[in-house]
Amino acid sequence: MNRTDTIESIVADQLRGDADIPYFTVGDTLNVHTRIIEGEKERIQVYQGVLIGMKGRGINRTITVRRIVANEGVERIFPLHSPRIAKIEVVRRGDARRAKLYYLRDRVGKSRRLRDQRRGLKHVQAWEAKQATSGQAATPVEEPVADAGE
Amino acid sequence: MTALLGRKIGMTRYFMEDGTNLPVTVIECGPCVVTQVKTSERDGYAAVQIAFGDARPRRSSMPIIGHDGKAGIGPKRHHREFRVADDAAAQAFSLGQALGAADMEGVRFVDVTGTSKGKGFAGPMKRHNFAGLEASHGVERKHRSAGSIASHATNRGSGPKVKKGKRMAGHMGDERITVRSLDVIKVIPDRNLILVKGPVPGANDGILWLEPSKRLWRRKARLAAAGA
Repeated sequence: MNRTDTIESIVADQLRGDADIPYFTVGDTLNVHTRIIEGEKERIQVYQGVLIGMKGRGINRTITVRRIVANEGVERIFPLHSPRIAKIEVVRRGDARRAKLYYLRDRVGKSRRLRDQRRGLKHVQAWEAKQATSGQAATPVEEPVADAGE
Repeated sequence: MTALLGRKIGMTRYFMEDGTNLPVTVIECGPCVVTQVKTSERDGYAAVQIAFGDARPRRSSMPIIGHDGKAGIGPKRHHREFRVADDAAAQAFSLGQALGAADMEGVRFVDVTGTSKGKGFAGPMKRHNFAGLEASHGVERKHRSAGSIASHATNRGSGPKVKKGKRMAGHMGDERITVRSLDVIKVIPDRNLILVKGPVPGANDGILWLEPSKRLWRRKARLAAAGA
């Protein structure tokens, strides 16, 4: 077993299964449910925003989610496989033409929004159907909700 | 008390149960084989020699082949010994005995020794963290230089000579480095793997020497005492 395989085998059981992660791409609006531990108690906080970038592979994969809080842009970077992430939901599918949407940082007002993605979703629907038939409740929310940034 | 020879596999991240995200180095420790048991009567001190990594017999010298043959194994690439308290402790080990990650179970902190990556001939800014000279204000062609080296206090008071051991440009890296008090995050005995927190010296595939920590940093000692 070479070095890379060894390292991957060590973290393999820490990776989130495919069933746990819905299909999403850059441009989608996500609900990230994070576990927050306050003393003894644990509660879930939902962070909604636009996915503007994904980085890394395997256990190192991170997602960058941007939202506007009190007129101030906030970007949070989540390690995708962290146990502190309880759940990820897709709220809205946006149409993005690049891999990193850093240009959204300079946008104000309506131009901050992304068009809904209407095409090229067949494989997503197929994936969701498969998840539904396999009895997984991980089906993403489909109805469009107002953009978190607005 | 035991020590192990190992090979650096590489770094990754490890999530603890509470969600903490730790940088870890994966080390393959073993199988190590006991190749010699030294006693004070015969050798003047008590120690155990272990070997790690197979070597091709054609590439090995006859003394190594003979030496490792006494332990009933083929020639090994790396040999190293560690001292033990007394002869009785040394004789608890037997020739040909295999040591591995399992022997480190229960150890919370380790010291890891390795050979750091060579950096070649490095200037004083990189090698000794000097500040260099200014970017402007009349400085020309000397922005990364060390500045004045003599005419300060020398070994003989003040004078024109450069003080012995003055930190200057020179060869950096490729030296023996020990990192102390590293946390052991996980031990996987059946695969001879140990995960320690943080980086260790040297490149991937480098040979490392692991010992249970001799002395802990003050903060870690406090933590260890509280946890125990």
